[in-house]
Amino acid sequence: MAIYLDHAATSPLRPEVLEAMLPYLAEHHGNPSSIHASGRRARQGLDESREIIAQLIGAKPREIVFTAGGTEADNLAIKGVAWAASAKGRHVITSSVEHKAVMNTCAILSRQGFQITYLPVDRYGRVDPAELEAAITERTTLVSIMAANNEVGTLQPVAEIGAICRERKVVFHTDAVQAAAFGPPAPDAWQATLISLSAHKLGGPKGIGALYVRQGTPMVAQTNGGAQERQRRAGTENVAAAVGFAAAMQLAYGESPPNALRDWLLDALAALPGVAVTGHPTERLANSASVVIDGIEGGDLVAALDLEGVEASTGSACTTGSVEPSHVLLAIGIDEARAHGSLRLTLGRGTTQADLDRTVAIVEACVERLRASAPSMVGSA
Amino acid sequence: MSRIVAAMSGGVDSSVAAALLAQEATQDEIIGVWMRTHGDMPEGLELSRSCCSPDAADDARRVAQILDIPFFILNVEKEFGARVIDAFVDSYLEGSTPNPCQACNQYIKFDELLRRGLAAYGADAVATGHYARIEQRDGRWRLMRAADADKDQTYFLWVLDQQQLSRTRFPLGDLTKPEVRAMAERLTLPTAHKPESQEICFVPLGDYRTLLEERRGYAGEPGPIVDADGTTVGTHTGYAHYTVGQRHGLGVALGEAVYVREVQPATNTVVIGRRAEIAQRTFTVDDARFTAGDPPSDRFDVSIRIRHRAPDVPAEITMIGRDRFVVETAEPVWAPAPGQGAVMYDGDECLGGGRIVRASG
Repeated sequence: MAIYLDHAATSPLRPEVLEAMLPYLAEHHGNPSSIHASGRRARQGLDESREIIAQLIGAKPREIVFTAGGTEADNLAIKGVAWAASAKGRHVITSSVEHKAVMNTCAILSRQGFQITYLPVDRYGRVDPAELEAAITERTTLVSIMAANNEVGTLQPVAEIGAICRERKVVFHTDAVQAAAFGPPAPDAWQATLISLSAHKLGGPKGIGALYVRQGTPMVAQTNGGAQERQRRAGTENVAAAVGFAAAMQLAYGESPPNALRDWLLDALAALPGVAVTGHPTERLANSASVVIDGIEGGDLVAALDLEGVEASTGSACTTGSVEPSHVLLAIGIDEARAHGSLRLTLGRGTTQADLDRTVAIVEACVERLRASAPSMVGSA
Repeated sequence: MSRIVAAMSGGVDSSVAAALLAQEATQDEIIGVWMRTHGDMPEGLELSRSCCSPDAADDARRVAQILDIPFFILNVEKEFGARVIDAFVDSYLEGSTPNPCQACNQYIKFDELLRRGLAAYGADAVATGHYARIEQRDGRWRLMRAADADKDQTYFLWVLDQQQLSRTRFPLGDLTKPEVRAMAERLTLPTAHKPESQEICFVPLGDYRTLLEERRGYAGEPGPIVDADGTTVGTHTGYAHYTVGQRHGLGVALGEAVYVREVQPATNTVVIGRRAEIAQRTFTVDDARFTAGDPPSDRFDVSIRIRHRAPDVPAEITMIGRDRFVVETAEPVWAPAPGQGAVMYDGDECLGGGRIVRASG
């Protein structure tokens, strides 16, 4: 049985969640918009799920919009608000370490005539609230800064950012897809207008997420059709997945986060030769240990670890074999050569100390083997 | 138990090679690897018939899933760009004919894949879908022609040394192409009916002139086409657009077929000749390599092949130092082109080869 240390990519479906979903994949087959009993039964599951999620994060049920995942939530938040407020101004501020779902959505807006400001980050990956404040103009309508970074785990000072946005009357969106796995996002404490969430990072099913939308936020729907989700997201609702999402959240927020194991792992990795921790030493996701390793290619290491029974990541899911260095690592000041040697281990339910002992030994052996092989000879032979 | 990396291009040959290993070598662990050699082509210019398109990666992945073997993508863009694409372009600029498939085998499949395969995957050997055989006889690893003479690819494999041969598997060496296709069909592999790849995988629509301009800023400057006497008989678009033996695109009408005989970069001149003038009996080869490590002696007889699928010709080899030799063929051979491989055989065994050098060099 492989040691799974890629919970930031996706965390396995909890058995209780599967149990909760099954009736909605079988007997409760109705369309929640239907008038009849089957429809009403499905609607009940959807409404209950929305209530549970709203309650867990301190929101009103009507402020929860179900989407097909975190990426769709980001798209809806950014495009939806940018266009709704476009008469006031066309300036969006984000950071240089966002997930592709935010980065590429902003890039599309840029091509459509919006001005995008990418705030720099410090060597841990954090935005400076003072720089945000200075970047806001009267044309600024939206600030989108993630709650926690998916590659290096760094937490952003969201409450400070939210306070600035509130004072300057700018909409604040935060992608909390990673951050929400270890505790409820807090719309009020963060003073956030919009929060993106995803179910499968906390042991729910894939294919469902949600966008928290503070009541009264003008928004242009990005998927048009029926009146579902208060006309902000058309399409028949994925009821079983919504039920699974709510069940997963309830379970996740009753657990204690794996900070201690994470700290042990970070220390053990940093003790290996030529290994440096990336991201903030303490202000980071409870489960995320990320490093750069000299003299190796991250993709090769991840393949090697897989064959030795450890499932890890270079930092972001990369299936096409592209070797573009991570924009996050470059933004925190790691040079291109070292950025290629990235490794991310993310813990989850059931990760044990014994797993980590074994993992560190395997990482050490694989790194040694990779370094021992002759380096690439391009240009020197 | 050994661990074998199966290079999977997404074509039918490497699919079946991986399948044979996965089925027969039950003691071994087989790992499928697709090598990403270059970035995606612009939409509409993707090479449907080439081995290196993103579609090919999808096909390779599907085959690996069916064979139930691990599958990874190995990025070799940097190495491929320098060793294959740049070398391809530079070859034209030197007035030579590039040999990209041979370069890809040498530097990518049997240097990079072997090196990184051993390191990253802890593998012992690499397997490919080439049609060739490896035998161990009299204490030596021998590179042998494929059973299917029509498909034999040893012409592109002559650089392999003892170390590499000992760590290489060619599962298709005893099979014919129809047998390979039949096996792919039997296993219902999605690649069973894929056409042969014939284009050069990084040259969209075969237009290498664009590549010369992109990679080296060579736009081509018109210059003279001269005959054997030095008389100008036409104008060309730039010397690097021509290769020895080329017949088409010269725009010269001399009453009989004429061919490029020599390309002279220094003077931007293309020399042409009639058919009989293009054939030669003597030429020089450098970058020589022998599968055994050393040449059999200073002077020895072989049969030689100077282009893929050309007939072999008896020849006498005279070594000049360690990595250079002169070839004297028993009968004239058609257009020995600088840059192309001259590959030596003793019967079915490939002894090694080298690169044909420019007549003047």
